[in-house]
Amino acid sequence: MMIGPDEDIEIRLLLDAIYHRFHYDFRSYSMASIRRRLAQARAQLGCETTSRLQERVLHDPQTFPRLLQFLTVQVSDLFRDPSFFAMLRTEIVPELRTYPSLKVWVAGCSTGEEVYSLAIAFREEGILDRTTFYATDINPDALRKAEAAVYPLERIPTFTENHRLSGAPTSLSEHYTAAYGSAVLDRSLRKQIVFSDHSLATDSVFAEVQLVTCRNVLIYFDKALQDRALGLMRDSLCRRGFLGLGTKETLRFSSHATAFRQPSLAEQWYQRC
Amino acid sequence: MLRRERIADVEAGRLEAVVIGTSAGGINALGVILPALPAETPFPVVVVVHMPPREASPIVSVFKSRCAIAISEPRDKEDVTGGVAWFAPPNYHLLVESDHTFALSIEAPVNHCRPSIDALFESAASAYGRHLVAVVLTGANEDGAEGVAAVREAGGIVIVQDPATAEMPLMPRAASARAQPDAMGTLQEIAAVLRAGAIARHR
Repeated sequence: MMIGPDEDIEIRLLLDAIYHRFHYDFRSYSMASIRRRLAQARAQLGCETTSRLQERVLHDPQTFPRLLQFLTVQVSDLFRDPSFFAMLRTEIVPELRTYPSLKVWVAGCSTGEEVYSLAIAFREEGILDRTTFYATDINPDALRKAEAAVYPLERIPTFTENHRLSGAPTSLSEHYTAAYGSAVLDRSLRKQIVFSDHSLATDSVFAEVQLVTCRNVLIYFDKALQDRALGLMRDSLCRRGFLGLGTKETLRFSSHATAFRQPSLAEQWYQRC
Repeated sequence: MLRRERIADVEAGRLEAVVIGTSAGGINALGVILPALPAETPFPVVVVVHMPPREASPIVSVFKSRCAIAISEPRDKEDVTGGVAWFAPPNYHLLVESDHTFALSIEAPVNHCRPSIDALFESAASAYGRHLVAVVLTGANEDGAEGVAAVREAGGIVIVQDPATAEMPLMPRAASARAQPDAMGTLQEIAAVLRAGAIARHR
């Protein structure tokens, strides 16, 4: 992999070009991660340098949609980190039950695994019907896949094990139909979800919600963009609303830390003061 | 021990960070290296050990009781401070930013591995340049070979466990084939070099 100051100059120029031409703002993304993804993109798209990639992005309309797949990360599982969902069931749901209607925001939903996991857990806990989920992402391809709710069957064993470890009272197989090598999630889950294009870097608050989850999204942002995104989540949450972050993410280094308290020993759950 | 002149820089404490990569046999190997480092080790030691992906890693507790140097698993954006051996959390890539903070990633596995040694080494090479020491120990795959090449290209120092003395020779062999090591030796010899570097400024 090519590294060094020149490479970083080319990357900054490319990200500027993308922002001005396509209004996608990757300029405050974690540089270490962007470097890796652009190295993969250059290899796959056959561009020797980032400058050549920039030229293609600006002059060949097919290139940017392909590059976007490298720049946005789409790796998740149903019930990733089962203890997160176990804590949701035991610590968070009892308080959510007290609301007559619920709104949940899944920020950076990618291909949908997180929002469907929440929907399945909400159904198991008996609060699905009163809930609207807003699942947002910047990648239109990922949103289309999320809406389709079809996952390869070979991923089901991992999903099933995660689901079981999350303390689920039902079997995962009650929530999907297997057909032609794929698992199609139950349509009644999909009915409660609104998928939408939304950028944590450039868009603003769109609803008041009782729960936000944003797991393994902030890790790709620099500190300034993390603060912007967390500010949106803070402003979206009602008083006593909950914020769920990734296992290795923390509010400790954020300027919004004082707006939240931790209701339990589980590091990844926060509650709005 | 095979050694070239720049190892004297390491022993004199002229380094800013150490990165270590290992897989099969790695826990035993680190059990020789890490206990040799004093609590006052001025530089950070960042470690990737390939482990089965699970939520809570037992590694931190395994080494805490046996080491003077602090043992920790970083949170996203935490400073890469000295005096700590930082372990990549299971199922995440661990990267170092140019401002010497940690960045985590769940990008696809590299060489079937997450965390990947290559991913850590390449980012650290970019962040520390010639002041980085990269160490490859026992392992049963070739992760780390591209990483040491990036470290070498950025002017850093490469130390590899002698494959003949490694529990699993494949990983150190692939690394030394990809970048001629500045030192190649036993675990005890590598531990002595790093320890010398860690206490150099206190002498």
